[in-house]
Amino acid sequence: MVSMTGLARACGLALSIATLSLPALAEAPAAVVNEAAVTHYVLDNGLEIVVIPDHRSPIVTHMVWYKIGSADEPPGKSGIAHFFEHLMFKGTKAHPAGEFDRVVSEIGGNQNAFTANDYTAFFQTVPPDALPTMMSLEADRMRGLILSEDVIGAERDVVIEERRSRIDGSPRALLQEETQATLFQNSPYRIPVIGWLHEMEQLNRVDATAFYDRYYAPNNAVLVVAGDVEPEVVLALAKTTYGLVPRGPDLPPRVRPSEPEHNTRRTVTMNDARVGVPSYSTSWVVPTYHNAKPGEAEALDLLSEILGGGTRSRLYQQVVVKTGIASATGAGYDSGAYDPSTFTVYGVPQGDNTLATVEAAVSAQIALLIKDGVTEQELDSAKTRYVRSLVFARDEQADMANLYGRELATGGTVEDIAQWPDRIRAVTAEQVRAVAQRYLDPSVAVTSYLLPPATEGK
Amino acid sequence: MAVRFVSALAVALLTLFAVVPAQAEVVFQDVTSPKGIHAWLVEDYSVPLVTIRFSFAGGTSQDPVGKEGLANLMTSLFDEGAGDLDSDAFQIKLDDAGAEMSFSADLDGVYGSMRMLADQQPEAFGLLKMSVQNPRFDQNPINRMRSQIVSGILASAQRPETAANQQWAKTLYGDHPYARTSEGTIPGLTAVTADDLRTFHKAMFARANLHIGVVGAIDAETLKARLDQVFGDLPAEPALTPVADMVPKLGQDLAITYNLPQTTIYMAYPGVRRDDPDFFAAYVMNYILGGGDFSSRLFAEVREKRGLTYGISSSLQNADHADSLVIGTSTRADRAGETLKVIEDVIARLAKDGPTEAELASAKKYIIGSYAINSMSSSVAIANTLVGLQDVDLPIDYVARRPALINAVTLEQVKAAAVKLLTVKPTILLLGPAATPADVPAPTPAPPLGTPAQP
Repeated sequence: MVSMTGLARACGLALSIATLSLPALAEAPAAVVNEAAVTHYVLDNGLEIVVIPDHRSPIVTHMVWYKIGSADEPPGKSGIAHFFEHLMFKGTKAHPAGEFDRVVSEIGGNQNAFTANDYTAFFQTVPPDALPTMMSLEADRMRGLILSEDVIGAERDVVIEERRSRIDGSPRALLQEETQATLFQNSPYRIPVIGWLHEMEQLNRVDATAFYDRYYAPNNAVLVVAGDVEPEVVLALAKTTYGLVPRGPDLPPRVRPSEPEHNTRRTVTMNDARVGVPSYSTSWVVPTYHNAKPGEAEALDLLSEILGGGTRSRLYQQVVVKTGIASATGAGYDSGAYDPSTFTVYGVPQGDNTLATVEAAVSAQIALLIKDGVTEQELDSAKTRYVRSLVFARDEQADMANLYGRELATGGTVEDIAQWPDRIRAVTAEQVRAVAQRYLDPSVAVTSYLLPPATEGK
Repeated sequence: MAVRFVSALAVALLTLFAVVPAQAEVVFQDVTSPKGIHAWLVEDYSVPLVTIRFSFAGGTSQDPVGKEGLANLMTSLFDEGAGDLDSDAFQIKLDDAGAEMSFSADLDGVYGSMRMLADQQPEAFGLLKMSVQNPRFDQNPINRMRSQIVSGILASAQRPETAANQQWAKTLYGDHPYARTSEGTIPGLTAVTADDLRTFHKAMFARANLHIGVVGAIDAETLKARLDQVFGDLPAEPALTPVADMVPKLGQDLAITYNLPQTTIYMAYPGVRRDDPDFFAAYVMNYILGGGDFSSRLFAEVREKRGLTYGISSSLQNADHADSLVIGTSTRADRAGETLKVIEDVIARLAKDGPTEAELASAKKYIIGSYAINSMSSSVAIANTLVGLQDVDLPIDYVARRPALINAVTLEQVKAAAVKLLTVKPTILLLGPAATPADVPAPTPAPPLGTPAQP
């Protein structure tokens, strides 16, 4: 319910990407990888490179992350970042449309791309001997794209259908979209990644070309290679491919409109005949790792886990197991966002219980936590689970590549990831209580209701 | 400038090619425990984890009439108390042991898996043994998990997609158990008792219908002891209800009218059995039609050329007792008729002319090369592959033999498969706004039957 999932060029792979931002891995960090094995370089043209060796299977994940997302779009051009992601597959002078896909398919590889608030990423999963080709093709389209009017029109239709598929046909997605637009009063996070329909319909070649020339350049990108390769080989290949792409214009600091003080409690309600069981969520804007005071984001991560992270959490144990009021409840924290983002709790009533009863029970748990804090036992278990999730993350090559790519594309460093477990371990019970008190203030929350047509449910 | 840069790259490409040799190798071992439990093992110490996955043949098609949802409910209860530990005590121990456990069911089987930290492997396997052999099925957890499943059924009951899925399954499978939803029904779930769960568990969890895959930091000798610990004391034979083979009913036209921004289209054609000699030819044919993500004929004609949809694909679906080829897409409602016409033209052309030599060659390269990427990318993926291969009775050296089987497919065989599967009138489901005379209506992604074919 929390996620601000990226949008991808096709559904299948998008799902696998989305799953890795589940709460347990929220910001994901970890010194999970043998730290010494992860190498980091910067080319003369400004391209950052991270290599994560993993020799278990003959597979390489090759990703390029651009530090450009929907929250960086010019006013009135919502959806351009995601639309442009699609246009990156439309061919270059050297490699016409379809060739990249064909080359990847013929070696049995997969490729796709995704766009989120803070970044746009392109990736291929291929056998190691195809890595040089992937690097060559990806470097080629960094500056070599050809954008003609005819491809733009058909692809604009495709992203509009994508919007209809993902958003317009789903009451929940529509409610989520307008909840974000209510919660964020000034931050561009109020605008959906896929764009508002009326603005998407106006996107054109001039917009796309300007966007490309401004943001697609090595000094605004991060290359991540994970898999069955050696760092020196990747570096040598990068120099002869990406290294030949000229540095782009210097970009100004990434400063976006920020949130003013919030002073009101707001509600957003959708009634729809397709809703069989009512549900609600309450959200706040809270700091994230990239803008929080030291220790606050770590404390919010642990708060999210203790309060509502899975079946051992307070919400599940008290509101589902002990009292049977809810059939589902939990919490989530979008800790990895570049700017302050959301902390959310949600609930679904069970049986004849009303939504109001569930909301009151969840709120009572938050109030109790603010009053009495968390136990050392709860804190230790949550820390152990977080650090363990990093070991489990090492099992999935693509997860590791995503972890590093996301961190570097949102202003973090390799060192931030390495130090994250220690920073989690350092959080005290009082810090967890304090962030709950500071940020989970009911008088400034946005609560969103998904209800059947009648007045029932609340 | 872009041009010069590009040619420089082209040169670089040639000189660099093949400088990156693969070093990794995935080796399957066949392990048999003293009590005769078989498992396939991939030993790997690069991450300090052990992953185990296993299947018991059976699944939701074993749900008795009147107890629909029994298998689904059962799979939600294996971490809700086992042996002398109640739900709370069990979950705390599982958390302390640093392990993640999950169970699920599909039409033909119940599946369990556990990921554990290698240094806590004895504790984790101890808990898994309790779950597999002595689940408690206490009344409180039964009531809670049943309520959650029922809540989920109620939540989607008013969605037009739910009605469409039900009508789709009822039309294709009639009175066969495959027509039922795997999650169950509210009356069926309500009727399930703790004794039903115990009986069902005992009937399905046996040694003769068990397949196991293990990946990670564990050697064969240690694994043998663990296999006996977890599975060695199960009954030798299951007591399963026979399920009949069936052929889905095609040639039907279904429409669910609902005011949606898109029309979803599902089309079901005949499938081919996994052990049919024509399976690989059919698989290659489907890849060319709509199985390849961005390179299929359907993708090119419906999305790339006309922008009619965000996604379109086809897939061969194999279950133990029925097979089909299903196409799914959703398109702007006012052009649903045009979309359907384009799809039918693509199908007719493939059936009439077959694929080109180039398409055949590309398809073979993808299907051969993608195996490692799609099946070996993590311990979980490898464990799924180890169990999936055993579930369809393939030998342990299948992965090595597979490229030759695919390369042997000829153009004529693919053409024959296209004629055989694509010249039959399909069952078509349309979900969306009412159709105008000029505009045939349509529905969306149909619930898959079984699982996508894995050649």
